[in-house]
Amino acid sequence: MVGRITPLLWLLFSAGGTVAALLFPIHLLLTGLAFPLGWLEPPTYESLHRLLTHPVIRLYLFVLISLPLFHWAHRFRYTLYDGLQLKHLTELIAVLCYGAALLGTAMTAYLLWNIG
Amino acid sequence: MSAEPHYTLYHPRWYRRRVSVWWWLQNRSYTGFVLRELTSVFVAFFAVVYLWQLRALAQGPEAYGQFLARLKTPLLLALDTVAFLFVLFHAITWFNLAPKAMVVRLRGKRVPDWVIVGLNYAAWLVLSGAVAFVLLRG
Repeated sequence: MVGRITPLLWLLFSAGGTVAALLFPIHLLLTGLAFPLGWLEPPTYESLHRLLTHPVIRLYLFVLISLPLFHWAHRFRYTLYDGLQLKHLTELIAVLCYGAALLGTAMTAYLLWNIG
Repeated sequence: MSAEPHYTLYHPRWYRRRVSVWWWLQNRSYTGFVLRELTSVFVAFFAVVYLWQLRALAQGPEAYGQFLARLKTPLLLALDTVAFLFVLFHAITWFNLAPKAMVVRLRGKRVPDWVIVGLNYAAWLVLSGAVAFVLLRG
């Protein structure tokens, strides 16, 4: 099963890697450091909620969260094989990694779909 | 002459030296490789933070306030700092590898590597500016 969809997994890996490379540093710098440390004023609930009513922003957030999760799943799978020499657990690791990415994607889709 | 050649029926088990789990610390480029592979953990970490923020926004102003307060705790500030460095490392290694992953040809000529790398960095700059603009406009 995993063998047949390998090209798709590679595509998700590289799309997610590109999304994470282009967009994560700025989001992380702002949300993770600049706002909590008081360098900049965090956006208010109202302004973020207003942004979320826009379909383009919802699509953006879906891509921003989901694709990097698949990037992680694919890369981390191989990190575990090579780094920790867990080749005998191949299938279990694949199921756990891609399963977690799918779960995160489903949660993102659910929240974005239902946000009022 | 009874010396018949002797063949083993099955492939002999090769002798393999056990490799330590820390094999990648012995050489700088191996260390770089493993650190680059580990960036994915911090990419996932931040995706989860953003998912958490989305959930807080879905729940209401109070939950969003709690989310912002939680980000100020030393644990999350430390995690975010480390994650930022790893994500930055991911971005730089990803852009620098782009011309090797994707060979672009224009009118039969290969576009030089530095052009592709440069375009990636330019896109990074423009998109970062756009994200900051949208989030800070308030």
